[in-house]
Amino acid sequence: MTDAVLSVRDLVVEIPTRHAVLKPVDGVSFDIAPGEILGVVGESGAGKSMTGNAVIGLLDRPAHISGGEILLKGQRIDNLPYARMRKLRGAEIGMVFQDPLTSLNPLLTIGDQLSETMIEHLGISQAEARKRAIAALDEVGIPGAADRIDSYPHEFSGGMRQRVVIALALCAEPSLVIADEPTTALDVSVQAQIIALLRRLCRERDTSVMLITHDMGVIAETADRVAVVYAGRLAELGPVAEVLGRPRHPYTEGLMGSTPAASAGRARLHQIPGSMPRLGHLPPGCPFHPRCPKAQDDCRADPAPTLAACNGRAACWHPVNSPESEAAE
Amino acid sequence: MTAIVTVKNLTRRFDVSKPWLNRVIERLPKRKLVAVSDVSFEIEEGTTYALVGESGSGKSTIGKMLVGLLDPSEGAVEIEGVNLDTETDRARIDKVRSDIQMIFQDPYASLNPRWKVRDIIAEPVAARGGKTQGLAERLLKQVGLSADDAGKFPHEFSGGQRQRICIARALASEPKFIVCDEPTSALDVSVQAQVLNLMSDLKDDYGLTYLFISHDLTVVSHMADTVGVLYLGRLVEEAAPGDLNARPAHPYTQMLLEAAPQLDGFGREVDPPKGEIPDPINPPPGCAYNPRCPFVVDRCREERPQLRPFGTGRVACHRAEEVVARMEKAS
Repeated sequence: MTDAVLSVRDLVVEIPTRHAVLKPVDGVSFDIAPGEILGVVGESGAGKSMTGNAVIGLLDRPAHISGGEILLKGQRIDNLPYARMRKLRGAEIGMVFQDPLTSLNPLLTIGDQLSETMIEHLGISQAEARKRAIAALDEVGIPGAADRIDSYPHEFSGGMRQRVVIALALCAEPSLVIADEPTTALDVSVQAQIIALLRRLCRERDTSVMLITHDMGVIAETADRVAVVYAGRLAELGPVAEVLGRPRHPYTEGLMGSTPAASAGRARLHQIPGSMPRLGHLPPGCPFHPRCPKAQDDCRADPAPTLAACNGRAACWHPVNSPESEAAE
Repeated sequence: MTAIVTVKNLTRRFDVSKPWLNRVIERLPKRKLVAVSDVSFEIEEGTTYALVGESGSGKSTIGKMLVGLLDPSEGAVEIEGVNLDTETDRARIDKVRSDIQMIFQDPYASLNPRWKVRDIIAEPVAARGGKTQGLAERLLKQVGLSADDAGKFPHEFSGGQRQRICIARALASEPKFIVCDEPTSALDVSVQAQVLNLMSDLKDDYGLTYLFISHDLTVVSHMADTVGVLYLGRLVEEAAPGDLNARPAHPYTQMLLEAAPQLDGFGREVDPPKGEIPDPINPPPGCAYNPRCPFVVDRCREERPQLRPFGTGRVACHRAEEVVARMEKAS
C-alpha cells in the first residue's frame, strides 16, 4: 500500500541494559490507511505503548529505534532531527494518553493550551486561535464552551478532561492520532461517550487512528483492523471481525476465551497457562510456545514464525481456524 | 439457606467540610458527602453477591463497612447474626472477626514488601496465636504457586502471582466470608481468567461466601449468584445475573449494559449515555438517576423510589413496569 498514512516497516526498538540488549518491539510492520482505525491490543509489557511512542518519537532514553522505518505519508520520520520531529508532533500526529490529568498542564487554562497548539502549528493569530478553541471544545461536547475555556484542568471531571485532550489532539488537524489507552481510566458510561466521540470526529475529518488498548471489547466495537501484539512481536493482524471472530493465532484465541462475556453465564473461563515471558528471557522460536496448547517441535526452534513467513495473517506455524487446519479435521 | 450477612438500612456519611477556621471566616456551612445511602441486602451462605457500580457509587465503602474498616453512620451490618458495632461479648466478636477476610484491588500495595511471603500468609493465624507450621506452604500450593515461594519476598512475583498470595493470606484463618474489592481490575485478561477460576474453585472447595465488588458487569455476571447495582450510594436494582442481563428493570442498569463494549459488537453504533454522575454532595432530589433518565416524570424528581420486589429481583424505580415493557417491545 503506497497511499497509507502510516507505514511501519520491521520496526525494532532496543533498550541496552547492563546484562543484555532488550527488544521490547521486534520486527513490527503494519500500515494504516486514511480514515482507518487500527486497534493494537496486547497485555501489559507486550510492547504496544512502546510501538506508539516510537511512531511519535517519544521513546524514553535509553530506548531507541535500532532498525526498520516509519513512514508518514511516504516520508521517513524515524530519523528526523529533534526540531523537525517537534514540528510534526501535534501538527501531523496527535496523541491522546491514558491519564488526562497528567497530559494537560495544570498551570495553564485549557484555552491557553489549545491556542498555543494552534498558533504554533497553524500560524494563526491569538484572536483567531481563541475562536477556534471555543469551536473545538464545542465539537467535543463540552457544554458552555465559551464559558469553560478559561477554566483550569482540575475544574473538569475525568470524562470532560479526556474530551479536552481529544480536542487538543485534533485541533491542528493531524492526519494520524495515536490514542494510548484513552478510556482505561474512565467509567463504562463515560468510556462509551469518549469512544463514540473519537469515532465520529475521525470519520468527519478522515483522520486515521492507532488505538492502543488492552480491552478486547473496545477494539471489537471501534477498530476496522486489529494488530495483536505478544512479547514485542505481531501475533496476528487483520480485519477486526475476522481476527476476533475467527482467530488464527492460538494466543488470540486464548485471549478471547479468557475474556468474560455477559452472555456466557457461569461457564469456566478458558485459561492461558503461565504468563508472558520477560524480555530478557525470551524462549527460542515462537515466543508463545511455552504457553501454547498446540506447540510442536518446529515452534520451539528458530526461526520464529513471522507474519511475512506465514501468509500475513497470523505469525504461527500451526494456525487454528484456518482453511487448511479445518480441512485436516 | 440462611443469610450469613445481613445489611440493614446502611448509610455512611463523610464530613468533607473545610477546616473550622475557614468555615468561621468564610461563613461556610458544614458539608456532608453521603457515600452510601439506605442500602439493605442479604448474602446467603455459600453464594457470591456482587456489587457493581461506577466510581463514586459507594461499592468499596460498603465493602469496608462489612469487614469493619469503617463504621456505619446509620443502619447495621450483621454477620452470622452478630452486629460487630453493638455486640459486647468479646468471644463472639473474636469468633466472627476470624470468619471475615478481605482481598484488595492492588496486589502491589497490599503486601508488605519487607516481609517474606511465609510471614505474610501466616499472619492472620499468628496474630491469634495459632499454629503456623507448614501453613503457608500448604496454602501456596492450593493457590497454584509452589511451596518454595514461601521464602521469597513480594517483589519477586508478578501481579497475578501476588494476587494469589493475597488469596492465600485471606484463606489462612479459614474464613467463611471474604470481601473481594475489585480483585482482578489491576490484572491482564489472561491472568484475570486464572484468578477468577481459582476463586470459583476455592469457593466450591471451602464453601466460602463472597462479596464481590467490581465495576465490570461482565466479570460480575460471570462470578455472581446475585448482583446488586449501585448508583450514587443507592442500591437501584438487585437480581440474578441472567435475569439482569436479559431483563434489566432499572434505566441505569439498561444504560450500563448498553454502554459495555461487546466482544462481538463489530462496528456497533452505540447511542452514548448522556450526562455524568452528579455531585454526591448535592445529589438531585427524588431518584438520583432522574437528570439522566429517559423515563423521567415529575414523581421521580420529588419522591425517592424505594427498593421493591420486581420479577425475580428487586428494583428502585417508579416506572420499572414501563421500562421493561418498552425494552421488550423494542426487541
